[in-house]
Amino acid sequence: MIPTNYYIVLSAILFGLGVLAFIFKRNIISIFMSIELMLNAVNLAFVAFSQAMHKLDGQVFVLFVIVVAAAEAAVGLAIIILTARNRQSLNVERVDLLKL
Amino acid sequence: MPILEHLWIIPLLPLLGATVNGLFGRTWPNKIVNSVAVGATGLSFLAALEAVREFFLLSPEQIPWVRQYFSWIEAGNFRAGFDLQVDQLTVVMLLVVTGVGWLIHIYSMGYMAHEGGYYRFFAYLNLFMFFMLILVMAANYVLLFVGWEGVGLASYLLIGFYFLRKSAADAGKKAFIVNRIGDFGFMLGMFLLFRTFGTLDFVKLFDTATPLSAEAMGHLGTLTVACLLLFMGAAGKSAQIPLYVWLPDAMEGPTPVSALIHAATMVTAGVYVVARSHVLFMRAPTAMLVVAVVGCATALFAATIGLVQTDIKKVLAYSTVSQLGYMFLACGVGAFSAGIFHLMTHAFFKALLFLAAGSVIHAMGGEQDLLHMGGLSKKIKWTFRTMFVGTLAIAGIPPLAGFFSKDSILLSAYQSENGGPNAGHILYVAGLLTALLTSFYMFRLIFLTFFGKERYDEHHVHVHESPKSMLVPLAILAVLSIVGGWLAAPAFWGKPDYFAKFLEPVFAAPTGSEAGTAEAVAHALETPLAIVAVIIATLGGLAAWWLYLKQPDKPDALAKSFSGVYRTLLHKYYVDEFYNAAIVRPLLWLSTNVFWKTVDVSIIDGAVNGIAEGITVVGDGTRRTQSGNTRSYAVWVVVGAIVIVAVIFWPHVRPVLGVAR
Repeated sequence: MIPTNYYIVLSAILFGLGVLAFIFKRNIISIFMSIELMLNAVNLAFVAFSQAMHKLDGQVFVLFVIVVAAAEAAVGLAIIILTARNRQSLNVERVDLLKL
Repeated sequence: MPILEHLWIIPLLPLLGATVNGLFGRTWPNKIVNSVAVGATGLSFLAALEAVREFFLLSPEQIPWVRQYFSWIEAGNFRAGFDLQVDQLTVVMLLVVTGVGWLIHIYSMGYMAHEGGYYRFFAYLNLFMFFMLILVMAANYVLLFVGWEGVGLASYLLIGFYFLRKSAADAGKKAFIVNRIGDFGFMLGMFLLFRTFGTLDFVKLFDTATPLSAEAMGHLGTLTVACLLLFMGAAGKSAQIPLYVWLPDAMEGPTPVSALIHAATMVTAGVYVVARSHVLFMRAPTAMLVVAVVGCATALFAATIGLVQTDIKKVLAYSTVSQLGYMFLACGVGAFSAGIFHLMTHAFFKALLFLAAGSVIHAMGGEQDLLHMGGLSKKIKWTFRTMFVGTLAIAGIPPLAGFFSKDSILLSAYQSENGGPNAGHILYVAGLLTALLTSFYMFRLIFLTFFGKERYDEHHVHVHESPKSMLVPLAILAVLSIVGGWLAAPAFWGKPDYFAKFLEPVFAAPTGSEAGTAEAVAHALETPLAIVAVIIATLGGLAAWWLYLKQPDKPDALAKSFSGVYRTLLHKYYVDEFYNAAIVRPLLWLSTNVFWKTVDVSIIDGAVNGIAEGITVVGDGTRRTQSGNTRSYAVWVVVGAIVIVAVIFWPHVRPVLGVAR
């Protein structure tokens, strides 16, 4: 049996990679994907703990996360398409109107 | 006993007059304004007369007659009520204040007729009467202090009556501020008395203090300190060294004000307080000696300044300071009734002199400089006659009022042995010297004003006698200045002095055989001392006559040969300059540089403005974080997340890393 620690470390590494990509990537689609990566890193942690503690709560939670991620993907992609249409670009640097 | 039951009517009438005139007088014609003001004071005078008539019907056990109208302050075991009191001392003060006050109101009708702010003048004057009556009728120190401060306020308002003139406004402020210094002492004195005796009601306080034995000379016991503090207040109000500087400047006010407030009534409040507190003072010989010495020094000091002043009102002002010193001298040697007697006669003749001086100024069209007068005796006969009576009275020529009161003061000073066997003799000699100077400067004033060559331009100055409303009060005061002293006359043929006899219940004279021998000694001394005093007064008058009528060039020559002395006197010993340099300017510097520029501007304003500015700077910095760039927001989200995680995990991580707490 693989110890829980391994899963947690893997989850942390994945999450860290997601964060780094989230910060440094310029393409909106890449950023979007890094968010998905972070969500799934968390899912991995949930499942690992669920297994380790013999409780189902973690697995139920993972299902919720997947549902939310799907909804988020639908809305997010719609926004991305609109942005791409308006600006003819997917570079996030050019989205800078979010201020008063 | 209707009025004695309703004593409050006496002070309330002038207050009513002040309110009516102050609120509605602005649009009224002068006639209505002055009938309200003079009517209110006149009624108050009548009420006082009736109260005095009823007072004489009281049996001795009913005196002092105290009526409590309502409680003003009640806290714990402290009670200060609106309580009025009548005893022999109050009777004298009451009659002087309302009587002289009423005459001066009548005089003002004519004197102020051509001035602006007529209603304002009378409203203030009535307000003054109200507070002065509260002061003399109060049955406790707290209510007395209300009157005390109130007359100070009225004095301030009236000195600054011509407030558009800067000198008048400044003089008002000076009077107010100098009085504040004295009042500070007065209040401390009250606090100390309350702490010691647990009450500030005169009757209770003096009853508690009576069994106490006198404190030793030179020992600063509670009573001595309390008396000295009270005397500090008295010295401020009654213009004694070192707080006398405001009174000469107070002459900026209209002349009737100088007569009423700054000669006859308000400035004598200090003497009244010392006399009222005589139970305490008698038990504090050190304080008594201080009072006597300060009074005597002030009398002599002010008289020397009066010698060379050329402003007619300034001469009278210094004369007032000097005569107040006389009253304190009397109180200081324990002759309280003599002090109050001089207070009364002084109120008559000094009010007369001031009003006559006002009449002269009126006749000269506003000229106050003695050097621009002369030869007026034929042109304003009645003014001259009354003023001459006043001069004889103040100089101490028998049988006028000043002679008797001054004589009894000098006699008491001569006999005083407080502070050493010869102390009384020194005080007596200084008093006699003052009498000489008084007589000299008063006759100088008369000769320069009414005799000699006319030193004014006859084409420009139209000299005219004053209206009846001004002359009648002058005449009445002149009569009072003549007969006012006769109350004490019987002392000369061995009978009791009526005035002293009348006040005796208040100032409880020494009892038993001691009193008998003292009286015999006093009677033996009475005549020789009186003769000396008269000779001295005559000498002063003759000297003035010789210098200013016989040899008119002499004064200038004298001034030249003693130019140092002359200039020192002319500049009033440079006391104002000294106070300016020693107190006013350092205080101004301290206020400007420390309290204003450092504390207020730098620290208080600095803190307020600094906080505002700091917030602006912080806001200016954080404003840049809102770039509008989505990615920078994303970074902040991550940073926030890291911080939260760090905070949550820090307690668990710290022992692992081995960081000390």
